[in-house]
Amino acid sequence: MNAFPPNDTDSSIDIGEADAETAAAIDIDREKGNFSFKEDYAYDAGVGLNAGAVDYITDVKGEPDWVREFRHKALKIFESKPLPTHWGSKDLENIDFAKIRYYLAKGQKPSRTWDEVPDDVKETFERLGIPEQERKFLAGVEAQFDSESAYSRMKEELSKQGVIFVGPTEGLKEHAEVFRKYFGKVIPAADNKFAALNSAVFSGGSFIYVPKGVKVAQPLQAYFRINAENFGQFERTLIIADEGAEVTYMEGCTAPKFDTATLHSAVVELVALKGAKIQYITVQNWATNVFNLVTKRGVAEEGAEIRWIDCNIGSRLTMKYPAVVLKGEHARGEVISIALASENQTQDTGAKMIHAASHTTSNIVSKSISVGNGLASYRGQVHIPKSLSHCKNNTECDALLINTNSRTDTYPAITVRGSQNSTQHEASVSKVSAEQIFYMMQRGLSEGEAMSLAVNGFINDLVQEFPMEYSVELKRLVELEMEGSVG
Amino acid sequence: MSNSLEIKDLNVSIGERQILKNFSLTVPKGEVHAIMGPNGTGKSTLAKALAGHEDYAVTSGSALLDGEEIIGQEPDAIARAGLFMAFQYPSEIPGVSIANFIRAALVARQPKGAPFDAKAYYAELYKKMDALKMDRKFTARSVNEGFSGGEKKRCEILQMMMLQPKYAIMDETDSGLDIDALRIVADGVNAMRGPDIGIVVITHYQRLLDYIVPDKVHVMYDGRIVHSGDKNLALELEAKGYDWVKKELAA
Ligand SMILES: Nc1ncnc2c1ncn2[C@@H]1O[C@H](COP(=O)(O)OP(=O)(O)OP(=O)(O)O)[C@@H](O)[C@H]1O
Ligand SMILES: [Mg+2]
Repeated sequence: MNAFPPNDTDSSIDIGEADAETAAAIDIDREKGNFSFKEDYAYDAGVGLNAGAVDYITDVKGEPDWVREFRHKALKIFESKPLPTHWGSKDLENIDFAKIRYYLAKGQKPSRTWDEVPDDVKETFERLGIPEQERKFLAGVEAQFDSESAYSRMKEELSKQGVIFVGPTEGLKEHAEVFRKYFGKVIPAADNKFAALNSAVFSGGSFIYVPKGVKVAQPLQAYFRINAENFGQFERTLIIADEGAEVTYMEGCTAPKFDTATLHSAVVELVALKGAKIQYITVQNWATNVFNLVTKRGVAEEGAEIRWIDCNIGSRLTMKYPAVVLKGEHARGEVISIALASENQTQDTGAKMIHAASHTTSNIVSKSISVGNGLASYRGQVHIPKSLSHCKNNTECDALLINTNSRTDTYPAITVRGSQNSTQHEASVSKVSAEQIFYMMQRGLSEGEAMSLAVNGFINDLVQEFPMEYSVELKRLVELEMEGSVG
Repeated sequence: MSNSLEIKDLNVSIGERQILKNFSLTVPKGEVHAIMGPNGTGKSTLAKALAGHEDYAVTSGSALLDGEEIIGQEPDAIARAGLFMAFQYPSEIPGVSIANFIRAALVARQPKGAPFDAKAYYAELYKKMDALKMDRKFTARSVNEGFSGGEKKRCEILQMMMLQPKYAIMDETDSGLDIDALRIVADGVNAMRGPDIGIVVITHYQRLLDYIVPDKVHVMYDGRIVHSGDKNLALELEAKGYDWVKKELAA
């Protein structure tokens, strides 16, 4: 396929050969359970977004026609939809879509040796206690984090139970029946401009199916299979828990990912069938030049439960409002979120709870921290129509301000109609006072240590919701951020 | 004297207003000094200025801790040099447990990256809490959050006992304590007394000094010490009030 975008001028690459090699590299390696790419894999979809780039991605991945059509339709929607400027920040207008690479193969990623990694980056890894092997991956020195043996063991364990845990490319090819039934149904391409963008150019992410009644004991971690593609810009994740099934998924890690891509736009769809439980845990720490625009939504059928546990740190602008559609009676939805915006950062995060059946319950707990001119806002939507009864919502949003010029906004938007439904809403704004800092410093803590202790105290109850190893890293991460903020 | 807290001609202002006026006092290690004086004479100001609070501007004078100047240093450096202040109004730190807070304060005194002996720490913490008759459940509670006045004061003394300062300034630690708590806290302080620590007790009441018997008593008025004596001075003040001090000064 000669699908190279015309605006990629500095390339003199034999396209046909690239495709074959690419496909081979992916497929062969995947079969072995080895997700690595070849080193000399120096081709990409070029710069800018157009039909050619979309075709290129689809060809590289060897996708069936229905996916190609899906991508092209999404591209049209993306082109026709305006930016969601009424939400979040005007900063979105600064994204130059024509300058972005939408599919990067490994060879195109900036590669460097460990010696070239800046000292402050190395120190960050040290302070966070990131294992040696993972540091190289995270610093962009190595294409993948070598956890193959751990992953293979887990995969074997899972396949015995009939659990599917693969990337979306393998998912749509090898498990087409179940994949196609739900893919793009929870979040249609037309949902918003960035969902459309992701639908057009998605690459990387996870596809998980848990059969009826199977309760997966260990959390499934994107971490176990992180590689260049997995940490992609346009990840696409689809998780289906069949009736009575239970699964916990964890994505991200506390170490900042040092790469040059500035636009990240993921789509995550969850489907919890009757009586199923899905817990989706995210810890993300983005570099300060990144736009992180994510659409996350789950559908909970009768008696099902979906919990989003979300921690966002860093980035230039994050817009993320995990949602649960409570579709069946007695379904429960929960969003627990922590957002930390340091200098020059905007965290526009929140939650959406759409009650679509009676006897459904939702709970939102959000804690945000704004430092300096950083802005962490809560933006939520709770919708309970008049036609329903016995629905309950609880919304709690607490904001912590550090330094006087910080500000925070909350936009709870709770619409509860019908006399048989109830909602409870609490919001608080607090500051770390100079007296608190002095008190702690009088005990011998440095200003930075005092600050991080106060912040960790503020989010402490929510941090408990994260798995042990994450919560320890999270605390260290907050320490690093706060120490940085006092200079 | 290098084995003392030596405060010389300290002038301290808050904003435009001068509070401490050529304040001088030397507290050698091994001694307990009491400072008494009417409200608003600058007792807490003295404590906070020594502790390095940024609102309290030292315009001149010095304070040597074992010969080392602490004026101008950051509060945390002063604390680690060995000065502890038990606050008249301790701050609340939501979400930070007492156990974690004291631990962080101890870790801050260790060389960076040095291992922390958590087992020994808890053994020590529980021992001191037992001595102060504090319920062990307290370790899990957030620092001072929702504490009664007396609980806050006890928590201050617990921190002091754990951090083992060279010099301690206790600002009205007795206020808010009931009779039993007063005795318990005093016992705790008396147990710490010895050649390695110098203690300044700021109080309004003779009662505390029945339990913590001071080596010296100073009367503070209008930003400086106007009278010094032994423990009997406190009894005299209790009987006569501050009016005679004021009259004496006016004369
Ligand atoms: N942060 C501050 N801002 C403005 N004025 C202050 C501040 N702190 C103390 N002052 C003033 O300085 C003076 C001395 O206050 P300080 O608290 O030192 O008195 P004190 O001797 O400790 O009194 P008390 O016995 O009531 O505790 C008072 O007039 C007080 O109002
Ligand atoms: Mg006072």
